[in-house]
Amino acid sequence: MTTVNQTTKIVPRVGWPSWRRSLWYHWAFYSKTWRASVISTFLFPILYLTSMGLGVGHLVTKHTGLVQGQTYLHFVAPGLLAITAMQLAAGETMWPILGALKWVRTYHAAATTPLKPEDIVTGKLGWVSIRLFTTAAVYVVIISFFGALSSWWSLALPFVGVLTGLAFGAPLMAFSSRMESDVPFTTIYRFIIVPMFLFSATFYPLHEYPGALRPLVQFMPLYHGVALARSFAFGDVPVLATIGHLAVLVSLSVIGVVLARKSMRKRLVS
Amino acid sequence: MATPAPLVVASKLTKDFGSFRAVDGIDFTIERGESFGFLGPNGAGKTSTMRMLSGITTPTSGHLTIFGLDPRTQGPFIRARLGLVPQEDTLELELSVLDNLLMFGRYFDLPKAVIKERALELLDFAQLSDRAKDKVDDLSGGMKRRLTIARSLINQPELLILDEPTTGLDPQARHLLWERLYRLKSEGVTLIITTHYMDEAEQLCDRLVVMDHGHIVAHGAPRDLINEHATREVLELRFDTNAVISEDVLRVLAERVEVLPDRVLMYVHDGDETLVEIHKAGLTPQSALVRRSSLEDVFLRLTGRTLVE
Repeated sequence: MTTVNQTTKIVPRVGWPSWRRSLWYHWAFYSKTWRASVISTFLFPILYLTSMGLGVGHLVTKHTGLVQGQTYLHFVAPGLLAITAMQLAAGETMWPILGALKWVRTYHAAATTPLKPEDIVTGKLGWVSIRLFTTAAVYVVIISFFGALSSWWSLALPFVGVLTGLAFGAPLMAFSSRMESDVPFTTIYRFIIVPMFLFSATFYPLHEYPGALRPLVQFMPLYHGVALARSFAFGDVPVLATIGHLAVLVSLSVIGVVLARKSMRKRLVS
Repeated sequence: MATPAPLVVASKLTKDFGSFRAVDGIDFTIERGESFGFLGPNGAGKTSTMRMLSGITTPTSGHLTIFGLDPRTQGPFIRARLGLVPQEDTLELELSVLDNLLMFGRYFDLPKAVIKERALELLDFAQLSDRAKDKVDDLSGGMKRRLTIARSLINQPELLILDEPTTGLDPQARHLLWERLYRLKSEGVTLIITTHYMDEAEQLCDRLVVMDHGHIVAHGAPRDLINEHATREVLELRFDTNAVISEDVLRVLAERVEVLPDRVLMYVHDGDETLVEIHKAGLTPQSALVRRSSLEDVFLRLTGRTLVE
């Protein structure tokens, strides 16, 4: 028999759950390259709340008074949180996924280890969830500094951030895993992300839209994230509507995860 | 003691991509501790075979065991025990050389201290110790290749699969790599190598197969293949472009004659002797070169001279 160098022979383990290694990898990578994202995590909430909440809010309060019984700052802050969750998740699941599959090919490297393609999906989305949670939590803290929190339900907002983000991130990861170029991403930004950003009842309430357009607004996934965030922030949580919003976001996330697992397997293993 | 079971057993191994059959029912066994080569032109099915052997892709049909395990159901357990050096580097370019090793080690669930210890050894092995803190992006092609190989060794694999390990490297880097691969082999690591370079195959491989269009067209030790498929020597002749040469005259003098646009190759036992005969026959080549047959002659004979794109 052969004698492989036995000094530090420690057999690699194939332990459960194996996705935690992918999660760890994404975390470790982030911990070495985090500097760029600090600005988006801490500075954007401040900028958004200052510009929209205080700036535009001042104008709104002067001319129309309260919006849905709240000051404009109170009204717009949860919507901004939902927007940020969407943007963060989209940013994490488009170019970085294609990069790891096509340009830098690190997911191909991971596929040569005991990791399965599904582990890579779970690890990545798990990591995105952690980012969403912490970013949303920072948002909540900053909103409170602006004095715009009025309910203990606000403590649930980080979870709303995670769910809103995953409703975009998981389907987008499925999509990105099938891409050969980044050209479609620009289209997605132009025709999905930006319109939702603007028209998901984020900056003014649903009833301000013409009646015919309301179903269209309600059709947008981000609308449900915004509505959910708003109801938790105001402490006004109607059971049925909340279940409806949750159902939409959870469905999108689950469908996204299922498709992403399939796409990733097809891409890495066949 | 009973003979140890072969490390890899493949029979009727087949891989389809849609309607395209990349690997078409190939059979081979690889013994523990040997160094086994896959040669073949582009598109011969080498990379598809490597991906099956490394437990990443599952075969479409046929039988395959690696370490006696079935890659269809035990892929992670197989991958835990082998290393793969892919054709294209898959390093994390934004991270440092050392971090690339440390982070990859975690994929195998190894304790941090063990990874650290091995990473430092491997940096030394790959002659990259003084670049440990540098970003991978700043390394030369040869250094990246060495790092990729070092990384594939972090789990101390019993089997190392190298898909065209030296393509694109300068001779210095190639020779350094060869020397490192010898060292691994002497430590008992089984090597599977694909390459376009015949000198590399002759240097590194105990046994090899030649693949073409998804089939194995020849197999054996490099020297045996040369003996079997080529003559002892090759006489290369160049004639004046205007000269009209009767191939029949040449054919009588050699076992096999190949007329190429720029020269004529005569496969013979004794090249010098044949050259004398050619002069006697009144032919005056502009230049003549006698050389030993090489694996490249075998390769070209078996897979043809047509360019594969």
